[in-house]
Amino acid sequence: MVESIVVKNVSKSFKTKSGNVQALSDINLGIRDKEFVSILGTSGCGKSTLLRIIGGLETASEGEVLCHDSIVDGPGIDRGMVFQQYSLFPWMSVQKNIEFGLKQKKVERKKREMIAKEYIKLVGLKGFEDLFPKNLSGGMKQRVALARGLANNPEVLLLDEPFGALDMQTREVMQELLLGIWQSSPKTILMVTHDIEEAILLSNRVIIMSSHPGEIKEILDINLGNKRTFETRLTEEFLEYKRIASDVIRVETSKIL
Amino acid sequence: MKQPNLEKNETKVKKKSSFVNLMTPQRKISKKVSILLGIFSFVIILVVWSFITYEKIVGSMFVPTPGETFKAMQTMFAAGFWSDIWITVYRVMLGFIIALIVAIPLGILVGAYSPFAALLEPVFSFVRYMPASAFIPLFIFWIGIGESEKVAVIILGSLPQLVLMIANNIRDVEKSLIEVSYTLGTNTFDVLWKIILPKSLPNIMDTIRIVLGWAWTYVIVAEIVGASSGIGFSILQAQRTFQIDSIFVGILTLGIIGLIVDTGLTIINKKLFSWNF
Repeated sequence: MVESIVVKNVSKSFKTKSGNVQALSDINLGIRDKEFVSILGTSGCGKSTLLRIIGGLETASEGEVLCHDSIVDGPGIDRGMVFQQYSLFPWMSVQKNIEFGLKQKKVERKKREMIAKEYIKLVGLKGFEDLFPKNLSGGMKQRVALARGLANNPEVLLLDEPFGALDMQTREVMQELLLGIWQSSPKTILMVTHDIEEAILLSNRVIIMSSHPGEIKEILDINLGNKRTFETRLTEEFLEYKRIASDVIRVETSKIL
Repeated sequence: MKQPNLEKNETKVKKKSSFVNLMTPQRKISKKVSILLGIFSFVIILVVWSFITYEKIVGSMFVPTPGETFKAMQTMFAAGFWSDIWITVYRVMLGFIIALIVAIPLGILVGAYSPFAALLEPVFSFVRYMPASAFIPLFIFWIGIGESEKVAVIILGSLPQLVLMIANNIRDVEKSLIEVSYTLGTNTFDVLWKIILPKSLPNIMDTIRIVLGWAWTYVIVAEIVGASSGIGFSILQAQRTFQIDSIFVGILTLGIIGLIVDTGLTIINKKLFSWNF
């Protein structure tokens, strides 16, 4: 299968006053085309750092990242990102936010309006096109951020704890939304999260990381089929995956406590 | 009989809670209440002023009555005070606009690009601590007491403040906005024009409003030290002839112009950047 993202021997250390801190140690990872992969780990395990290195927002101390066979050297439109804190452009309407990437690509106006409309519909924001971000709730903001990332049609979408700032109910609705989007038009997605259920429900593979230093501890293939719904959470298989993942995470958490 | 009693209790509770609401830290109050309170403070000043002057607690040699002040205002405007106001406004505007033309690009460069910050920030921080008024004797010596001297004082006073404050406005733009824009196809040049500037514009406007207030102070000092026209000059003239009421008129005029300009700029800012408020 074609590999969309390849992470080769990536290590990252930060210099602090009390010496070097190893955030990531020898990470090797391949993400296939149209695969949904989650990186699961406790806070401080370096999962966001890994995502930011893949996104080109930070540089690895050692090793390299390839995106479709070209070495990642800074951020680019082939790797779209959605952050936990939404990061919408507050001076632009919902519509303009979603069009931004297309405008940068010099897609002509009519066409980019059409594409934006499509994604507005997809994330359920019809009727809110002309509102500014300050008038939106957290869940709606994250819908816009998601639509903005998708509308640009990147090779890979990188999600950094995308629903971490949302309340429980909104988070579940957003997970369903993302699940629906991915199932109807598969896309390579790499998501960082600390929510075990979220990772299992959405992913083809869950990568569990350990901390100090950040290493890949376990990789779980999630064989829950391609027709998952919210109900999938209640199935035996799901609970079994959850049990396995929880065990690994618990061991890792108790190590650092 | 019990029913009405209960109701009374309820209304009491309501009244109490509305006062508690007003006195809750950081709680917003309605526009109407806020305007009323604003007017109220001016009324208080007027009442106290009237009381101490009409009751002759303070002699009119030192503080004129509101009535005397009003009369002095009429005489002054009849004698051409308008032209003094105009020349002062003209000086401030000329100096401030020149300062802006230089400060906006410099502030953006200092805020956005570290080499410019390293190069210029220490110098501007240094100059900022030298009061513009202290340069007046020097400027008079160099360029005389003409218009250019006053304009120079205003430029010197507001330029370093503008540069440093605009630089900070630029730096306040969240890093995540810049990062997300890179993943959407901006380059390092686009990011300045399409992300950093639009995001910081309301704050830059606010900086301009604040520093304009300071520029007013510099022009008056310059006019008091050496001028033959302007509001500051009028105040000095009034002092020389013991017309305390005219001094009051001059100072009040400054306050009123300041209030109008400040409120106007605040309204413009809110209208232009409604997404921010």
